[in-house]
Amino acid sequence: MSSGSNRVVIGVGNAWAGDDAAGLLVARAVRVRVPAGVKVIEHEGEPTALLDEWPGAALAVVVDATSGGDAPGKVRVMDATGAPLPAAFTGTSTHAFGVAEAIELGRALARLPERLLVVGVEGARFEAGAEPSAEVTAALERAADQVLALL
Amino acid sequence: MSATDGERTRTIRTDYLARVEGEGALHVRIRGRDVLEARLEIFEPPRFFEAFLRGRSFEEVTDITARICGICPVAYQMSSARAIEDAFGVEVDGPVRDLRRLIYCGEWIESHTLHVFMLHAPDFLGYESAIAMAQDHPQVVELGLALKKAGNELIALVGGREVHPVNVRVGGFHRAPTKHELAPLREKLARARDAAREAVAWTGKLPFPDFERDVELVSLSEPGEYPIDRGRVVSSRGLDIAPREFSEAVEEEHVEHSNALYARIRGRGSYLAGPLARYNLNFERLSAPAQEAARAAGLGPECRNPFQSIVVRAVEVLYAFDEAVRLIDAYEPPDPPAFPLEPRAGTGHGWTEAPRGMLYHSYSLDEAGRILQAKIVPPTSQNQKSIEEDLFGLVSGMIDAPEDELQLRCEQAIRNYDPCISCATHFLQLNVERE
Repeated sequence: MSSGSNRVVIGVGNAWAGDDAAGLLVARAVRVRVPAGVKVIEHEGEPTALLDEWPGAALAVVVDATSGGDAPGKVRVMDATGAPLPAAFTGTSTHAFGVAEAIELGRALARLPERLLVVGVEGARFEAGAEPSAEVTAALERAADQVLALL
Repeated sequence: MSATDGERTRTIRTDYLARVEGEGALHVRIRGRDVLEARLEIFEPPRFFEAFLRGRSFEEVTDITARICGICPVAYQMSSARAIEDAFGVEVDGPVRDLRRLIYCGEWIESHTLHVFMLHAPDFLGYESAIAMAQDHPQVVELGLALKKAGNELIALVGGREVHPVNVRVGGFHRAPTKHELAPLREKLARARDAAREAVAWTGKLPFPDFERDVELVSLSEPGEYPIDRGRVVSSRGLDIAPREFSEAVEEEHVEHSNALYARIRGRGSYLAGPLARYNLNFERLSAPAQEAARAAGLGPECRNPFQSIVVRAVEVLYAFDEAVRLIDAYEPPDPPAFPLEPRAGTGHGWTEAPRGMLYHSYSLDEAGRILQAKIVPPTSQNQKSIEEDLFGLVSGMIDAPEDELQLRCEQAIRNYDPCISCATHFLQLNVERE
């Protein structure tokens, strides 16, 4: 376990694009449950700014929606500390630079936290303005428990 | 990419065009030595938002439209606010307007540096991505990230947070920052100007293909200042209209291959909006250091090569730093931080200069300030036809080039426009078809 002040949970997503909100919703769910000193961030927008969210962190847990062909609501934990995320996990960002790319940019520049874990919540729909799907909504608590277990 | 050689047709297909904001499709058809067609196919989420806004209160519009784009939320907020203020007969001016210009500078810095360093520069240096480029040129990528961070901090301070700023409202702001809060930011921005000058010099040394096209350049124009947050709409061929005259001067056409509407000047045709247009039409309004850096990087007051838009973006980043420092030095917190508004029935129009070009919003409202009709024209759909014409000209000039070279050059040419396909498209694949 890492020391409290050096740990950060970052939920990534778009609140107005269906299941893309999953990362933000999980961050919101763990905010009141994390141990003292753990920082919780809801990160919307382009992911290169992630590199400024974890400088000096012993542990960063990034939570994002995935679109990898699994059953909607499936929660996966991936360790990105030493190797890139699996090719199937490219996030669901509509932006040119996704979470996986931001992590690799951080690796190239030696700007990763000591340990970097990614929690993916498989989404079903990502249309603008859509509500999160029932499957993802049902998975949020499970994903939050996973995040807390990693801290 | 897959290549299939048939007797008459050759197709190159890329399932996903990287390093543009979002996804879309490009299709080039060639017969013999003639280019028959160059199409950019796009969808438009703004069309969804237009429908979604109907029935909403005017007070919700800046928060809703900010969600259209994670890269340029301030542009959406500013164009929507100005359109509604226009409908209510209010012109936001003075310190509130200066504060708007200040936060907009942050967005130009953030968006332009992301595009210059992460999305466009790899094309010029022969890398498939910024990640690959970072292995060999870490200091260049760090330079871009440092500039971008300064833009983020500016937006976070004035807007309340970095993305989808929550402090912006129709009429102005919920809260104005104090001079004391802005002081440390001013020092950071002033220091970042040296890095911005370095960025201009660096982009000026990149290798540029020899390519120019005679196209009508369109931007906002405001006496005495480089256009960001307001102005008349002017062009290199004499267009000079008020925001409300948009529909009379510009027609939008639905084309079969795209969900976006093609914008064109009535009676003339396509036009180009964005940094290149702003620069050519407003060079003398740039700050002296920005003009000087542009000249030192090999640009005169006129630049018609779309590939050099990467230099122009870097010049605009330097200008945005200069302008932000100037605005902070002159800053007096507005009290109240927003203009009072009296809803009334009517229609209003708002143009501002998003980083990638003019962004138009128009709203019709009822007497209670509820939206009856919304219209949003993002810069990428204004530039769509111009992008296609660039591709047509470019491919025509290198018809004998190998397919992979052709493909890379086409992708680079699309990225000249920093198309926000998040705002304008859904899927981009590249097809070159030879008959």
